[in-house]
Amino acid sequence: MTTGPVLVPLVLTLKVALVATLGALTLGVPAAYALSRKDFPGRALLDALATLPMVLPPTVLGYYLLVLFGRQGVIGKVLNEYFGVTLMFSWQGAALASCVVAFPLVFTTARAAFDAVDPNLVNAARTLGAPGFSVFARVSLPLARRGILAGAMLAFARGMGEFGATLMIAGNIPGKTQTLSLAVYDAVMAGRDDQALFLVCVVSLVSLSILVASGKLLRARA
Amino acid sequence: MRVRVDIEAVLSSGDRSFHLRSAFEASGDAVVLFGPSGSGKTLTLQAMAGLMRPSGGRIELDGRTLFDHAAGIDLPPMRRGLGYLFQDYALFPHLSVAGNVGFGLNPGWPGKLSREQNDRVRAMLDTFGLGQLAAERPVRLSGGQRQRVALARAMMASPAALLLDEPFSALDPLLRVRMRRELAGTLEKFGIPAVLITHDPDDVAAFAKTLVVYRNGCVVEQLEMESEDERKRRMPEVIALLEEQDSRD
Repeated sequence: MTTGPVLVPLVLTLKVALVATLGALTLGVPAAYALSRKDFPGRALLDALATLPMVLPPTVLGYYLLVLFGRQGVIGKVLNEYFGVTLMFSWQGAALASCVVAFPLVFTTARAAFDAVDPNLVNAARTLGAPGFSVFARVSLPLARRGILAGAMLAFARGMGEFGATLMIAGNIPGKTQTLSLAVYDAVMAGRDDQALFLVCVVSLVSLSILVASGKLLRARA
Repeated sequence: MRVRVDIEAVLSSGDRSFHLRSAFEASGDAVVLFGPSGSGKTLTLQAMAGLMRPSGGRIELDGRTLFDHAAGIDLPPMRRGLGYLFQDYALFPHLSVAGNVGFGLNPGWPGKLSREQNDRVRAMLDTFGLGQLAAERPVRLSGGQRQRVALARAMMASPAALLLDEPFSALDPLLRVRMRRELAGTLEKFGIPAVLITHDPDDVAAFAKTLVVYRNGCVVEQLEMESEDERKRRMPEVIALLEEQDSRD
């Protein structure tokens, strides 16, 4: 049985998924907290926008990313000229694509977790003299942590499996941007069935373990 | 304590709306807001604490303006210096008893306490008979213990006055009698004025030097009653007044 190189795409996949998850947490948790705490005109629209990447076709997301982060893109141009960073055809680009796709998973679970925090606990902290950030860091965040952790694990699993948007922005370069899901596609297209089967098993096992663990976290909360 | 409240607010959910026009002035150290559920007592207490923003009016405490719609003053809860005892006590479930009680000593982030502050927390726990429970989580406590923790937590922040939202409604009737006595003792020991809301006439008899009666979002009567005997004697007339107004609608 020829399995071909597995370690390189596996390590790359884990790296991309980890960076994507950290990015999604950094953006998603504060956004979820802000939308959970404050009611303002346009909140429903922002809620929908934050969830949009979950339902849009990956190719549409990839297109948006190309327009924004491509060499001639609005942000891509600035990154290239001032920082010498190019996201196209790099693992960072793959991480960006995974991050955008994973963001709604962190956002929605964190939003639900913050919504579930008893408002009187927040009020109690405020009457005890806690300023806004302290209310967040010492009360809301610890009480929502299980939900946020579960969201992060879902985001990681989703980031590992990202295909469409990654392909459009980072390409499919073995050893550089070829993640596991892209390697599976390559192996099937080239008729390397043994390798495809092996990679499929690896992806399935890792994803399954993550889902079981995050399910446990969510149940323990209730 | 001199407290002056004159506020109004409109709350609507769906096609129902509730008008609150809450006004009273009191200079005693034990004010009880009494009335049936949904009469505007809790909203008034929340407005005093800064947890609810009225749509107009003023709130003053001991000469300090906490809220003044016309002047654009609305102090945040952290700057009002008022302790608040929540109906369900609202203890932080992720913190120990000591962590709960010490919260107000350093309410910022990350909120580490100095050795001297930890000693003060321990002394406060002992005052409330909670010394043995310092490391327990709130979920392991009985109703009476929870109320003591909530009281100790509120007192630790050295508030100018204590606001109590139906403090005995979460307790079973036997315990209620004991905790009433305990609360009266605590208020006296710390010399702290209190505003208490309730729909239980027994609470009125135990605490109300000043009684403010609410109905449908408005104050319908205010009485000054010095002794417990006087309160017990006059409660039937207060209840009769509420019933008479109910029957007129």
